Amino acid sequence: MSFPWAKEYNPSQPFMVWLDEKLPLPRFVYNAIGAGYPVPRNLNYMWNFGILAGFALVLQIVTGVILAMHYAANAGVAFDSVEHIMRDVNWGWALRYAHANGASAFFVVVYTHIFRGFFYSSYKAPREMIWLLGVVIFLLMMATAFMGYVLPWGQMSFWGAKVITGLFSAIPLIGEPLQQWLLGGFAPDNAALNRFFSLHFLLPFVILGVIILHVWALHIPGSSNPTGVEVKTESDTVPFHPYYTAKDGFGLGLFLLIYFAVVFFAPNALGHPDNYIAANPLSTPAHIVPEWYFWPFYAILRAFTADFFFIPAKLMGVLAMFSAILVWFFLPWLDTSPVRSGHYRPLFRKFFYLIVIDVLVLGYCGGSPAETKYVLISQIGATYYFLHFLVILPIVSSIEKPAPLPFSITESVLGKDEGAVLTANPAAA
Amino acid sequence: MAEEAIIDPAHESGEGVRRRDFINIAAVSFAGAGGIAVLVPLISQMAPSADVLAESSTEIDISAIQPGQAIKAVWRKQPVFVRNLTAPEIKEADAVPVASLRDPQSLSDRTKAGKTNWLITMGVCTHLGCVPLGAGEGEVKGEFGGYFCPCHGSVYDTAARIRKGPAPKNLEVPPYEFTSDTVVKIG
Amino acid sequence: MVRLFGPLVGLFFAVALLWSFGVGLVQAIREPEAATAIQLFHKAPEEADFSFNGVFGKFERPQLQRGFQIYQQVCANCHSLKQVAFRDLAALGYNEAEVKAIAKNWPTKAKTFDPKTGDAGERANTPADHFPPVYYAGTGNPPDLSLITKARHEGPEYVASLLQGYTEQPAALLKQFPDAKTPEGLHYNPYFANLNIAMPPPLTDDAVTYSDGTKATLKQESEDVAAFLTWTAEPKLEKRRQTGWAVVGFLLVATVLAYLAKKNVWANAH
Repeated sequence: MSFPWAKEYNPSQPFMVWLDEKLPLPRFVYNAIGAGYPVPRNLNYMWNFGILAGFALVLQIVTGVILAMHYAANAGVAFDSVEHIMRDVNWGWALRYAHANGASAFFVVVYTHIFRGFFYSSYKAPREMIWLLGVVIFLLMMATAFMGYVLPWGQMSFWGAKVITGLFSAIPLIGEPLQQWLLGGFAPDNAALNRFFSLHFLLPFVILGVIILHVWALHIPGSSNPTGVEVKTESDTVPFHPYYTAKDGFGLGLFLLIYFAVVFFAPNALGHPDNYIAANPLSTPAHIVPEWYFWPFYAILRAFTADFFFIPAKLMGVLAMFSAILVWFFLPWLDTSPVRSGHYRPLFRKFFYLIVIDVLVLGYCGGSPAETKYVLISQIGATYYFLHFLVILPIVSSIEKPAPLPFSITESVLGKDEGAVLTANPAAA
Repeated sequence: MAEEAIIDPAHESGEGVRRRDFINIAAVSFAGAGGIAVLVPLISQMAPSADVLAESSTEIDISAIQPGQAIKAVWRKQPVFVRNLTAPEIKEADAVPVASLRDPQSLSDRTKAGKTNWLITMGVCTHLGCVPLGAGEGEVKGEFGGYFCPCHGSVYDTAARIRKGPAPKNLEVPPYEFTSDTVVKIG
Repeated sequence: MVRLFGPLVGLFFAVALLWSFGVGLVQAIREPEAATAIQLFHKAPEEADFSFNGVFGKFERPQLQRGFQIYQQVCANCHSLKQVAFRDLAALGYNEAEVKAIAKNWPTKAKTFDPKTGDAGERANTPADHFPPVYYAGTGNPPDLSLITKARHEGPEYVASLLQGYTEQPAALLKQFPDAKTPEGLHYNPYFANLNIAMPPPLTDDAVTYSDGTKATLKQESEDVAAFLTWTAEPKLEKRRQTGWAVVGFLLVATVLAYLAKKNVWANAH
């Protein structure tokens, strides 16, 4: 769908007319990210992160396909083949650092995108499907990132593979056989490495497919906006191109500046030194942690230290870790406030800042060694995490008195909206 | 992304427009130049890597090769034929008028002085890169007594010169030197 | 449904977590975790003034060559350097003939295997060969050193500190932790992760005689070999930073232009 005032694609060159008849791909692009897509005029820079996430995926696919040309997925040589890329392949070091830090960049962007969604309740009707597909993308990203981290076959790769597949052994009855099936053996080795490589190559293209659905679903109601008030008239929107292409271009420049500064000046800052030691099945590193983007969830996993009635602590941890993401699927139905934007929800806003701090604290604890103080803090943090989404949001959305909303997007931008008043009262015209 | 910013709504006029157009065009050009610069690593990564380029020379012991015999060695992951020519084979090669050849070279052009019996060539057909027969024990040598490429029927003579079939050139002679009477260093 | 079961699930996890928290807290109060000798006596690496520190830093070729000399004369007895090829030494400023000579004269020869006869043999190393593996039968497992400065936190400083860090075990440590006495055959070193390292002190003042005449103090030797091992771990360090400046400079201009272009476009909207 689009708004009735959306510009129509109108090719003038004979070739473009011919192409439009045979394969209306330019028309499709025009209506998706061109002048034919009317977008609320008041989007702030938080709305840049969707495009940036798409860019990060393309970056990962391009660098990843290239690395796959030089990498060898065999436990005997995988580590050396990565060093071969770093030392001998032309520009190999740049491509590998770009890929490794590209994963981090992708997660920074996607986390910002998700928390934008939390604050502006982007998950609410009519955009539930966009949100659900987004959570699916996030889950696929986590799986892809995990398997990618195994490929260099360093110490953290190996022990990460062992520990994460070990999660599945917590499942009653089928746990152990399931873990062995996942690994194709009793411990990570060639079989696991090869299948992780295969899936690590495949999943980004699945992500790409779900992103297409995500964007398709977005174009049905159109983009949300910082007021949460739906588009009413043409004056509420501007065409995506050139307005948001220009804005996204600037955002992309800033993103690339930070990203390349990390790639070229601190490429190992986000990694772990132990992964520069080849995998050794006989010796676990003193302090194993996943990559930073898993830390909050890792903290939740480790927070369960005591059996709860008949449920073993290990199983509780695994259940909670997966539930921590799965609750996001239910957000559209947990938060029932008719007001979307956090700008007009004073009580909700306080809890939003709390959950941001909570996730940061959980992240910090998840990246720290398993010492008592960090475990105790993550237990409080994880408690708030579940209460926030499952208890507090439903309560807040029913008791909160929202601030008055602007009449329209135009009014929120210009302070008045004459056009909308005219449309609303045709008699006055 | 910035490249599309060039199309500015056209209802402005005068100096302002020209200055603005300039900035938009500059922004788009920069994005384009950046995109092209990125292609350099993306393309050059497929070129041979440092370890491949450093592929060392190969030393071959030729003491066991009797006249009329040949061996296959490996240099840069490709076969090299080392052949000890017999006197009749040398005579046969020298008897061919050089000017009549497709790729005119005499046997002495293709061997080291004083070692004309040692014919060292790449075992790579100059047509499309198959390995010709004739160096291995009992292999077909073709009607000119040298090598015969089974892929597309190129026939080489006893000096490994192309005589018949689609190949354009003689079998290539790699750079080599005799480090002693019995050892050849290729590359 | 969601609004009914959601809070129940939330409370379930919350109660389970608070239960874990309570159990953990009681335990922490009853039996507080005692500090370990490692927590109290382990030292972070000391700052060192390397030429390659900072975003403009570069290697000093003479220092890398001195570091290589130490590796060659001291470390190579027990530690391999298998990711590095002899040809890579050209980057230290050695010419082709010198690289060839280093490879050829390397005491451990390259192994050969004749697949027809099944005979194993040896030949001299060539520049294309990697440094040969080193087998060590004694106490401890000397790690490969190719990536050691990237495989440790603050790697270059760690290597330099560790090599200078051998001391007697402090009396305070033995007093507080009588069981933590350094075992026979190990050596106390506060920069090592568990304080007791199998490697005997490898360097002393004048352990080598530098061919460039630099005075071989323990500090000098340690920093030289740390610099060399920083190069082995990240041989492309200089090219990386150089490329980085070009990319960042380009992007700064491009981003400013993109900002101006964005302002142009939006000038019509407000």
